[in-house]
Amino acid sequence: MTPKLLTDIKLMFLRNMHNTLRSPIFVFASMFQPLMYLLLFMPLLKGLGAVPGYSSGISPNVFIPGLLVLQALFGTAFVGFSLIDDIRTGVIERFLVSPVRRSAILLGRVFRDAVILLVQCVLITLVATPFGLTLNVFGFLLSLVLYALIGITMASISYSFALIYKIEDPLAPTLNTITLPLSLLSGIILPLTFAPIWLQDLSKVNPFSYAVNATRDLFAGTLQSNVVLKGFAVIGVLSIIVFAWSLRSLEKMAA
Amino acid sequence: MTERLVIETKGLKKTFPAKGRGGKEVEAVKGIDLAVKKGEIFGFLGPNGAGKSTTQKMLSTLLSPTGGEAKVLGYDLATQEEQIRQNIGCVSQAGGADLASTGTENLILQARLYGLDASTAKKSVDEFAERFQMRSFITRPAQTYSGGQKRRLDIALGMIHNPQLLLLDEPTTGLDPQSRTYLWGEIRKLKESGITILLTTQYMDEADKLCDRIAIIDNGKIVTTGTTQELKSSVGGDTIVFSFSSEEAAYSAKELVAKMLRTATIKAQDNSIHITVSDGERMMPDLLRSLDAQNLQAQTVTLSRPSLDDVFLKYTGRLLREDQIK
Repeated sequence: MTPKLLTDIKLMFLRNMHNTLRSPIFVFASMFQPLMYLLLFMPLLKGLGAVPGYSSGISPNVFIPGLLVLQALFGTAFVGFSLIDDIRTGVIERFLVSPVRRSAILLGRVFRDAVILLVQCVLITLVATPFGLTLNVFGFLLSLVLYALIGITMASISYSFALIYKIEDPLAPTLNTITLPLSLLSGIILPLTFAPIWLQDLSKVNPFSYAVNATRDLFAGTLQSNVVLKGFAVIGVLSIIVFAWSLRSLEKMAA
Repeated sequence: MTERLVIETKGLKKTFPAKGRGGKEVEAVKGIDLAVKKGEIFGFLGPNGAGKSTTQKMLSTLLSPTGGEAKVLGYDLATQEEQIRQNIGCVSQAGGADLASTGTENLILQARLYGLDASTAKKSVDEFAERFQMRSFITRPAQTYSGGQKRRLDIALGMIHNPQLLLLDEPTTGLDPQSRTYLWGEIRKLKESGITILLTTQYMDEADKLCDRIAIIDNGKIVTTGTTQELKSSVGGDTIVFSFSSEEAAYSAKELVAKMLRTATIKAQDNSIHITVSDGERMMPDLLRSLDAQNLQAQTVTLSRPSLDDVFLKYTGRLLREDQIK
């Protein structure tokens, strides 16, 4: 990385972070969904008792890691709207004709999104602690890295569609169409051990189910497992691919 | 000494690929030759969709040409995008200010993006606040600005790194008349600082008031280029109209003028005479004196000169307004 690229990323990151923190209420507003799951849904799980694959029931230690993946998916899925705003007002065009590195225009955004997401994850975890969450601290820190990567992945997808559509109307339906099956097929709300075989097979092609399994291991303190490794590898590669896609969409906008 | 060319293009083309099934590719710019000299305001005049903005976007490195070649500030558009970006300023139609941020925040970020360090950036922003008279509103978020204030910020954003060339895309579209006049003054002041400006506009009066030279662009092609004076003269001469107290006086006047100006076309109509000459402004005092000497007192005198509207009509066969209504 050249110093120029680093400076550009820093400038873009600070600009975007500044814009987000101008109305910090939205940082908290997007935590509403997971908190509702925590307060109004998790108690139901206790009544289930033992389930296939989870002989001691679905404890907060199983549920919370998945809930944070849910936050990583839905909390960052709609960041593309802010980009459309910047396209409409000509801000992006202004950046594109300036000497700023084009990758920095997007990296400054996805890093902002990742940082906001991590703050939310920590807050949700803190709120969950009184409900009986016991976590391995080092495992938790490692899973934060994984959440950040998921956040970067979803944000990049969101930005790609924003750059392709350039208008709001088709963006929300597109993103909902993507996030809903991804979350259902990753065993976040209920483990997929409940599922019929075909559904389990389907979940195997969903990269985020690997992330959910990996973070469950990490929370439990099983740091050196194949499941954890697979989770990082799958999401790591995916995040790079979708970021490259978003960068291509930006380049294409100016072509 | 030959004048240095700031922009030089040969056969610059942009064809957008077909969109969707059965779509046709769009030839937005069909081969444009330009030579913009250092220090001038060069106007790109034409209706919506003529290819003005597309050409400007190619020159600003935003769009890549599909044909032809161009040099901007001596840099090759195809290979030296970075140098071009660093040394030109662009103000797009949308403007490009971040509306949630204040003027100061916008300008400081812009200066930093062009490589100024934090303290130099701050100093430049102070200077610009003074120069563009933005002190009273620069600390407010841009979304609270009036149209004219917003435009001043947009232009300051394009100028903050002291570029040698400024690309202005329809700077006064949507502004109230007062802000327009103010902005015209500002643009003239910019020119005095030695910068070269390429300005696109769909307004005749704007091109007329601001530009040293104009290219009229229609349907992706330049139909004519020249100074406003040259273009107007190419349409035909000025028209001087004298009116008199009687038809007889008008008739005598016609006889007299015909003797004085052998090349002019003179028509008498009711109590007045219409004279078409190439240099009406200079002829008028002479004519008045001679008429007076013969005791033919003109009651009213008007001089009308061909407008750029006439120029546009001559070269495109249409009125600019008609096109806009469509």
